[in-house]
Amino acid sequence: MQFKGYARPNGRVGTRNYVGVLSTVVCANEVVDRISRSVTGTAAFTHHQGCGQTPVDLARVNRALVGLGRNPNLAGVLLVGLGCEGVAFEEVAEEIRASGKRVECLVIQEEGGQARSVARGHLLAQELVAEASRVQPSLHPISDLVLGLKCGASDTTQGLFATPVVGIASDMVVAAGGTSVLGEVTEFIGAEHILARHARTPEVAERILALVKRMEDRAKSMGCDMRGGQPTGGNIKGGLTTIEEKSLGAIAKAGTAPIEAVYEYGESPKVRGLVVMDSPGREPEILTGLATAGCNLIAFATGRGAPQGFPFVPVVKITGNVVTWTKLRDHMDCYVGTIMEGTESLPSAGRRLFGELVEYASGRLTKAEISGYSNSMDIYVTGPVI
Amino acid sequence: METRQGIDAVMLTEADNVATALRDLAQGEEARVGVGERIFLVPVRQGIAFGHKLAVTDIRSGDAIRKYGEVIGRATRDIPSGTHAHVQNVESLRGRGDLEAARKAHAV
Repeated sequence: MQFKGYARPNGRVGTRNYVGVLSTVVCANEVVDRISRSVTGTAAFTHHQGCGQTPVDLARVNRALVGLGRNPNLAGVLLVGLGCEGVAFEEVAEEIRASGKRVECLVIQEEGGQARSVARGHLLAQELVAEASRVQPSLHPISDLVLGLKCGASDTTQGLFATPVVGIASDMVVAAGGTSVLGEVTEFIGAEHILARHARTPEVAERILALVKRMEDRAKSMGCDMRGGQPTGGNIKGGLTTIEEKSLGAIAKAGTAPIEAVYEYGESPKVRGLVVMDSPGREPEILTGLATAGCNLIAFATGRGAPQGFPFVPVVKITGNVVTWTKLRDHMDCYVGTIMEGTESLPSAGRRLFGELVEYASGRLTKAEISGYSNSMDIYVTGPVI
Repeated sequence: METRQGIDAVMLTEADNVATALRDLAQGEEARVGVGERIFLVPVRQGIAFGHKLAVTDIRSGDAIRKYGEVIGRATRDIPSGTHAHVQNVESLRGRGDLEAARKAHAV
């Protein structure tokens, strides 16, 4: 099986062919929004970071912006900054250029404010889109897929049906030589011993356990029971009682493949197969993290119905909850409640999802893309705003 | 909704002491609980919402709660068979900054 994608100069393959208009700092979001809204073929990425942060967090933001710019779903990039931010604007632009794509820069203070920046940015974006649209899609093997794994707005149906189905599809991607990226370390808590058993080497197992400890220590440092925050109020209404129960359901989306490596947030995997990336479970930060890692497709299992996608990566929503499928049909892509209804087995639902993922990779639009529900994103930071 | 096996709740492994309701269960009915190929009856002692858990055996305060064959928490009260096992009678053992803070206060 193959998918129709866009070959990039560095050998990576995109499932989409956008020009990314990326904000380097919260202060540039207004300009990015205006440019992106007026030019067809662009995708905007805005966030709330990039200045007034510790050097550790600024380094994370730099790394995330580089990763986003290098994502193969972008043919070209327009980088927009204010001019006085903490982000290393020039270095970020250079590192994205090193992947072989065209990068244009716009600095609001140098242009002379919003109107002038938007005017020149509009023209630059049009030029980039004209160039991007010359890239023709071609057939590529499944090994060029980098699949992000995510679950959210969880209930108890999710761990019974949706995440196991995603796990089977992920195993099929890995078996075909592709890559799957598992994040949401908060939702390893109580299930980390199982993931550690799936680690390829003892070192990888140790790193998984260390990531979980770091995340749990952060939660505990607030001096309260994290229940209510994790699992969320909505999770609890859905029947999930503890983080352990939520995690045991959540990790099913990683399937049974061995875990090859562990990466920090926003790092791009250097090996194929199933890998773990540090990140929290909240949508804006984990979806951004997966895109930053170079994912060209995301499988998102949900119970109660999470609507969000990502500006330039297709996010496929899978649910086994019949109420969610019916009521939130405009946001859901794949129904697997068929398993409970007895009309489909778990393995056959997994194979069906894999087939649909290949369709979405090849250009079929997800509900999140159609509805445009994808703009409230953010970069994960761990320190204070200072 | 009728499932293929005609079960009302699913228990994921034989080691579990709770099952997940596959439809709203009413007090007074007998729930057909499926685990693998085996089906057994549990009298429902209180209403259990779809997706929520009922005890399939008498669970004592302090006992581990098991689902997926793993420990998902600890009973804070007795949970009789056929009643609702959830946040009102099950606590998490993880992410408990409250316990850590209490321990530290004690150590001072």
